[in-house]
Amino acid sequence: MASRHVVAAADEIPPGGRKIVNVRGRQIGVFNLGGEFFALINVCPHQGAKLCEGAILSHLVSDGPGDYRLERQGEMIRCPWHCWEFDIRTGQSWCEPNDVKAKTYNVTVEPGGTLAKGPFKAETLSVAVERDYVIVEM
Amino acid sequence: MSASEAMAPAASTVGAIDCDLHPAVPNAKALMPYMDPYWREHMLRRGLDSENYDLMAFPPAAPINVRPDWKPASGLPGSSLAVLQAQALDPLGVSLAICNVLHGAQAVMSEDLSAALCRGVNNWVAGELLDRDPRLRASILVPQHSGELAAEEIERLAGDRRFVQVLMLAMAELPPGRRQMWPIYRAAEKHGLPIGLHAGSTFRHPPSAAGWGSTLLEDYVSYAQGMSAALNSLLVEGVFQKFPDLKVVLIESGVTWLPASMWRVNKTWRGVRSEVPWLNRLPADIIRERVRLTAQPLDAMDGEALGRVLDQLGSDDMLLFASDYPHWHYDGADPVPPGIPPAMLKKMMVDNPRATYSRL
Ligand code: FES
Repeated sequence: MASRHVVAAADEIPPGGRKIVNVRGRQIGVFNLGGEFFALINVCPHQGAKLCEGAILSHLVSDGPGDYRLERQGEMIRCPWHCWEFDIRTGQSWCEPNDVKAKTYNVTVEPGGTLAKGPFKAETLSVAVERDYVIVEM
Repeated sequence: MSASEAMAPAASTVGAIDCDLHPAVPNAKALMPYMDPYWREHMLRRGLDSENYDLMAFPPAAPINVRPDWKPASGLPGSSLAVLQAQALDPLGVSLAICNVLHGAQAVMSEDLSAALCRGVNNWVAGELLDRDPRLRASILVPQHSGELAAEEIERLAGDRRFVQVLMLAMAELPPGRRQMWPIYRAAEKHGLPIGLHAGSTFRHPPSAAGWGSTLLEDYVSYAQGMSAALNSLLVEGVFQKFPDLKVVLIESGVTWLPASMWRVNKTWRGVRSEVPWLNRLPADIIRERVRLTAQPLDAMDGEALGRVLDQLGSDDMLLFASDYPHWHYDGADPVPPGIPPAMLKKMMVDNPRATYSRL
């Protein structure tokens, strides 16, 4: 069964920001997209680069040659090695969304007060009652 | 019985559709009755009527361009309908054959003269070939350095359903995907005409990307790379997105280079596709849907390896039977290369040509 891990205080990761954390020996990238949090494994499904350390970019869309638009700004991560792009919300690759995906994890934000009731694991953080915390399920 | 006689043909050509046959205009004089009065006089004033307008890419007397037993006693190979019937149409028993006339009309520098010569050649094809043998169909030659004039020529002939394709040379002044060329594709798509990209060049640049070669050998080998570059240009510039009903046939440039090329374009696209956001599907999938290839020459290795490479095409719909008469790609009576996987072979003789050329 998945266990719940407190990985950061919510205000440590501002909108557009990210934090790479360790959970059960695995590196996870936690992203804040306009107040919603998402987590991806920090391993590119292509050849294993540290995916979550790449550039955070937008969805490029086009209706045809010569048409260039940005959508969903800041919601794509581009692998630092071979520039494959992944949707931070779903882990799906832009090029082959159904076949090439980065693993995602469920993320929730909970007030420090309720965390006292557990079960959760706060391996590296001490929890203060008055702050909100980012919880990753693994 | 010799070994070659004992070998059964790979597939019967009886009733098949030959997608690349090369009749030749005997000489410029033969074109004169088919030219507009202004340009006929222009030709006479300049003495241009005594030129032959051979394409430098296909010197007609070079052995590779005419099989020894098809060499006529006089005149250019492919220039006599009776000989062409006796050497290709009748013995193969094809039901239809698409004439692709290789002619310098498409390469001359003046766009207007190029257009006038293309009109002349197309009229000659209609009068001397299509009117005389009901098995024949043809490609429209266009002055391909002018998108506008090329589109006009397509419009002029579109009503004649015996013209089934638009013919362009793979290498010209611009890579074929560039937007200046789009009037050609707009007109072709509108009239249900595939674009036939034929091997060769109008020699505005070296046929090899490494510079001018010294020999026909270098040029000829480079035509496959030129075709690959032309295909990439169409793909990347978004021609297949812009013209969703357009099909492209790669003619006489080999086939076996394509799987490796598709792999490479897929791989590179994954990393640099942000240059061309309209290219929003795996390039190889677009190629499989929209691009066809004539199967002579295949550039075939021995049978078993060939089967593996052709499987990597990932589609049985892509190959089109072609004799490529009178070019010298095979000996004997069987133009179908051995080693093509059976499922592919079955479709390439009739079904694929019919699915490609909506006017057949
Ligand atoms: S390792 Fe990420 S794109 Fe190659």
